[in-house]
Amino acid sequence: MRVTLEYDACQGHQSCAIAAPEVFGADDIGNAVILIDGEIPAELVAKTRRAVGNCPEHALAIVED
Amino acid sequence: MTALDPTTDYDIFDPEFILNPFPVMDQIRESECPIAHTERWGGSWMPTRYQDIVAIAQEHETFTSRQILVTGPPPGQVVEGPYSNVAAPPISSDPPEHHWHRRLILPYFAPQAIAKYEAITRDWCNTLIDGFIDKGEADSARDYAQQIPVRVIATMLGVPTDMSDTFTGWVRGVLEAGLMDPEVRLQARLNILDFFRDQIADRKANPRENDLITELLNAEVDGQKVPEEYVHGVCNLMLVAGVDTTWSSIGASLWHLAQHPEHRQQLRDDPDLWPAAVEELLRAYAPVTMARIVDHDTEFQGCPMKTNDRVLMSFSAANRDPRQFENPDVVDFHREHNRHVAFGAGIHRCAGSNLARLELRVALQTWLARIPEFELADPTSVTWAGGQVRGTRQAMVKF
Repeated sequence: MRVTLEYDACQGHQSCAIAAPEVFGADDIGNAVILIDGEIPAELVAKTRRAVGNCPEHALAIVED
Repeated sequence: MTALDPTTDYDIFDPEFILNPFPVMDQIRESECPIAHTERWGGSWMPTRYQDIVAIAQEHETFTSRQILVTGPPPGQVVEGPYSNVAAPPISSDPPEHHWHRRLILPYFAPQAIAKYEAITRDWCNTLIDGFIDKGEADSARDYAQQIPVRVIATMLGVPTDMSDTFTGWVRGVLEAGLMDPEVRLQARLNILDFFRDQIADRKANPRENDLITELLNAEVDGQKVPEEYVHGVCNLMLVAGVDTTWSSIGASLWHLAQHPEHRQQLRDDPDLWPAAVEELLRAYAPVTMARIVDHDTEFQGCPMKTNDRVLMSFSAANRDPRQFENPDVVDFHREHNRHVAFGAGIHRCAGSNLARLELRVALQTWLARIPEFELADPTSVTWAGGQVRGTRQAMVKF
């Protein structure tokens, strides 16, 4: 499983980083950055799904391989 | 008000509504007319469904930020008195200016930038608790919640923290009493803008290191220094938006925790629950209602909205919509998905959201560490403010 970010849709709520700080962070203006390039490790999959489901702007998506 | 039909005659200042707005919101949301309208307080529309509120927040070209207060005359008829060129950017800005109005301040509010305020927030919370812990009772709103955000914002702005009671009075003048009395609002606004006029003059004469006002005065956009009224407006916004809101959120959350020992226990048993708990409390007790001004005649979900009509966005109404949240009136720290919009949505997402969360978390953690068991002294004596910002104003607890 991977995760993608539509940066222009992100408004910097940081809901993703709160739910999964190992996977998401913030850039200089507080918008989301994905910290894990490629496959999300198995132990972080549940957290990542929760983070994606918390985004009020629907800027994140899950890509199943 | 409850005797009247809230879909056509709601009153956001009805005492019963301020005390508990959720039954009326539910009634409107489940009626055939989920976007209510009233002629009261200058007139407004009030959507109650999550989807509609988020759509209005995101469609900033139709729903503009020419005015953001929940009451008052339409644009063009507002008397601002002195400083008529000073607004509250970026909350009061529309594109294209909104972009740089917001871009310049966002770095100051990013998570990595506000982390440095955690220690002083915690120290201050402990000092407040030292002041009342031996008494066995305290007003969780006045003695604690109200005292915290104003000092953090004053620290951030580099203005005297010992003026916090004065700042609080000014902010309440704008966001509470001033919403029902334009004279009060104008005077409070004048006090705030006079104060920051002097602060700006001081920074120009004596620039400071690592100082937000000094840095904004020196900021450039497209090779030109930003206008001074922009900096003046940002100071205005930080004070007005950074005090009442977060304090209301801390107060409402303590009111909740006072009545829910099981939630206090969950936080003791599993400290990893804190981030989700803060989000859930923000969802359930989202304090803010923002307004938008309709740009042009339009039909929205069957409602004929006219140019300059006011539309209210009650983020707590959105956050209690059962179409979006299962059992929305139940506070559940283990809620699987929580797309709450306590901080709004779209380009005006609350710029201070990371700071607000930090303050809320630290205020609650510090309280629970020192006062693990507490309850409302008299639930019927709790008072609330409502309108633009909803939260406790008096809430005695005993421990």
